[in-house]
Amino acid sequence: MAVQRNMNPKRCPMPVQDPAVRRRNFDEVALGYTYDMAVEEAKRCLNCPTKPCTTACPVSINIPAFIEKVANEDMEGAYQIIAQSSSLPAVCGRVCPQEKQCESQCVRGKKGESVGIGRLERFVADYHREHCTEQPVRPTLNGHKVAIIGAGPSGLTAAGDLAKLGYDVTIYEALHVAGGVLVYGIPEFRLPKIIVQKEIDNLKALGVKIETNMVIGKILTIDELFEMGNEAVYIGSGAGLPRFMNIPGESLKGVYSANEYLTRINLMKAYKKDSKTPIKHSKKVAVVGGGNVAMDAARSAMRMGAEEVSIVYRRGMEELPARKEEVEHAQEEGIIFRTLSNPVEVLGNEQGEVCGLKCVEMELGEPDVSGRRSPIVKENSEFVLDIDTMIMAIGTSPNPLIRSTTPGLTVNKRGCIVTDGENGLTSREGVYAGGDAVTGAATVILAMGAGKAAAKAIDEYLQK
Amino acid sequence: MYKIVRKKVLNPTVSLMEIEAPLIARKAEPGQFIIFRAKEDSERVPLTIADFDREKGTVTIIYQIVGGSTMELDSLQEGDSLQDFVGPLGRPSETDGLKKVAVVGGGVGCAIAYPLAKKLSALGCEVHSIVGFRNKDLVILEDEFRAVSSELRIMTDDGSYGTKGLVTNALETLIQEGNQYDEVIAIGPVIMMKFVCLLTKKYNIKTIVSMNPIMIDGTGMCGGCRLTVGGETKFACVDGPDFDGHLVDFDEAMHRGTMYKEFELHAREASCNLLNKKEDA
Ligand SMILES: Cc1cc2nc3c(=O)[nH]c(=O)nc-3n(C[C@H](O)[C@H](O)[C@H](O)COP(=O)(O)OP(=O)(O)OC[C@H]3O[C@@H](n4cnc5c(N)ncnc54)[C@H](O)[C@@H]3O)c2cc1C
Ligand SMILES: Cc1cc2nc3c(=O)[nH]c(=O)nc-3n(C[C@H](O)[C@H](O)[C@H](O)COP(=O)(O)OP(=O)(O)OC[C@H]3O[C@@H](n4cnc5c(N)ncnc54)[C@H](O)[C@@H]3O)c2cc1C
Ligand code: SF4
Ligand code: SF4
Ligand code: FES
Repeated sequence: MAVQRNMNPKRCPMPVQDPAVRRRNFDEVALGYTYDMAVEEAKRCLNCPTKPCTTACPVSINIPAFIEKVANEDMEGAYQIIAQSSSLPAVCGRVCPQEKQCESQCVRGKKGESVGIGRLERFVADYHREHCTEQPVRPTLNGHKVAIIGAGPSGLTAAGDLAKLGYDVTIYEALHVAGGVLVYGIPEFRLPKIIVQKEIDNLKALGVKIETNMVIGKILTIDELFEMGNEAVYIGSGAGLPRFMNIPGESLKGVYSANEYLTRINLMKAYKKDSKTPIKHSKKVAVVGGGNVAMDAARSAMRMGAEEVSIVYRRGMEELPARKEEVEHAQEEGIIFRTLSNPVEVLGNEQGEVCGLKCVEMELGEPDVSGRRSPIVKENSEFVLDIDTMIMAIGTSPNPLIRSTTPGLTVNKRGCIVTDGENGLTSREGVYAGGDAVTGAATVILAMGAGKAAAKAIDEYLQK
Repeated sequence: MYKIVRKKVLNPTVSLMEIEAPLIARKAEPGQFIIFRAKEDSERVPLTIADFDREKGTVTIIYQIVGGSTMELDSLQEGDSLQDFVGPLGRPSETDGLKKVAVVGGGVGCAIAYPLAKKLSALGCEVHSIVGFRNKDLVILEDEFRAVSSELRIMTDDGSYGTKGLVTNALETLIQEGNQYDEVIAIGPVIMMKFVCLLTKKYNIKTIVSMNPIMIDGTGMCGGCRLTVGGETKFACVDGPDFDGHLVDFDEAMHRGTMYKEFELHAREASCNLLNKKEDA
């Protein structure tokens, strides 16, 4: 059915919670399109035959096709199209860096704003979740057992795809809950945990078993997983090891890694009034770094009641690696951006508590090998920020637990597991890997895509 | 869920629990620890594996009731279950090649030191144990230590049992009596470990300490358990908990240990109130 196109150069704005209110609560910031907004926005899509948007989506969702279904008000049809390529649309619709992916290539973006692809994806997924009453059918088992290490987006996706093919799948997760970064890192105000829980419930309904409290490498090795009858293993253990700057004062009280700070708040629920989890109630906070993790830490600190929160980043605003929307939201919430600044020392008082952060100003030099202009220190530019808490969000790398207990598993010098690329096969027969464990800290959609590719490869391997 | 198959009170503030956890029991080694959560919504709290029975599939923990989480643990009884029980975490203590060792335990640290003394003794190492407590009522594991040590010195702060004095006094006496130790292993309050290390430095005896910083995940993910050892940042949960005591920055560790003092006081009061209310009812 032909639709009446909406030629408005601007996309339908996303309803959001008022910044003055939301900066003090953990409820979701973006409220999501209404039914009518979704249909109107969908009508902005030109249904381009060359699908430039799809090409820029890491899992190649058939974007014009699903959007046309939305324009025609066939929401379940739209969901089925997305579901062919993505297992976590409610998540990716919320957290994908769309402006660098699908939306960056949208034809409508040339003369106005691109179609709100992520927002539509989110709407479709939420609509499905709220309206679909069908229970997933448990496939008949095909007699093969597969073990998955890690219940992050990568492991969950691999597990779901394999279960649908009839495999007897068990996920082994180190923490006491499944979800990976989706539950311990990304805060409630960006990704409500109920959405992640629903995905996990669906997997369980498919027959996937999830064993929590299982630190592979400690309680069981990969070799033992094979001895237990698993014929293939997928490693989706993420990149959870926090990096520190190695500057003086990093062990003072009040210096957190973003992982610790966010874990206390999200996983251990320190944001709830009656929580038993201790956390520092800070007044002045500096968050070092400029990615999504830094934004999440800064905005969480604000919500925990801080008076002043700054992002300290050594390059400029343009270079911030975080999603654009998160940077804008952070600015609206009153987060201060001290760009072109780099910490050199954390200052402490006699009780060993943080009382200041000594920084230097930076300027951008010539582009380096990565093409980014590298920051250089301005002479005599030292200044001190008055803070009581510092949060390090300068990156993470894969945890050594698995590589140190799995003979024959090749890793590169950054500790990432080496795979043959296409299908995630590692240097060990029957052992596949993907997500952050292979790429280093990346994105949800890439981790999910890697899980899908590996599930396919594992199926081919076991059906041979 | 992880069932409590046995619970035993060792002294007014220290109790023992034997927990059903067959997979952990199969792998556990002295020096390693577990992290438990007593109930849904509880904190994650580390405790050393005090003993294990591979055949029965059980792991023993010995805990001192110090605050909210340990009170909550203590409110559970035989037959109840713990919500979560993860392990074995950390690196096992190194025992290779040791011929003669002094094991120094302070307070509940003795629970951590005991399995190590037991293993060393089983490996044919000569073990001298020095255990210290505040007073007679707090003495734990005396018979157990006696069974695995060729020499046992019990010290109390007030002299109500054993010899009056600190563990460092007893250690120095043993050294001066001519005992040549390959290694001293000191486990207890940070301040005790610091002073043992100052003493052994003087005599140039290698000393291993077991650090117990605040932890969350226990897998190297949060960095909350970090310590400075020989000028480098180490994560106690994966690089330790055992470290060369002569390299550990104890003052920093003591500072970090007090990070949540106010919160802990509050949590303790809240738990006490809860318990009191139950008793009233
Ligand atoms: C604060 C924060 C914000 C982010 N924001 C965004 C965003 O907006 N958009 C985006 O696309 N990406 C974002 N990311 C990145 C994204 O979350 C990750 O790239 C993605 O989660 C990687 O998925 P994964 O499945 O590979 O690993 P993870 O999500 O890290 O999951 C790995 C799981 O494996 C478990 N595990 C680890 N070791 C073991 C072991 N030995 N045995 C058993 N289990 C183990 C871990 O506990 C964990 O549950 C963010 C990351 C963080 C930290
Ligand atoms: C590797 C390791 C092994 C340990 N083994 C034992 C043991 O065998 N027996 C035993 O009785 N105790 C042991 N502890 C200490 C035990 O974990 C703490 O006593 C316990 O966490 C106190 O919690 P609480 O809520 O009852 O008390 P709180 O009131 O919260 O705290 C009291 C004290 O415990 C420390 N503490 C609080 N939370 C933690 C935490 N998450 N991790 C570590 N320390 C914390 C605080 O710094 C404070 O000094 C060990 C600690 C570590 C790190
Ligand atoms: S998965 Fe991400 S990149 Fe792909 S269409 Fe959805 S939002 Fe865009
Ligand atoms: S590029 Fe934009 S307008 Fe064209 S099909 Fe994709 S979303 Fe629609
Ligand atoms: S407890 Fe989190 S890194 Fe050690």
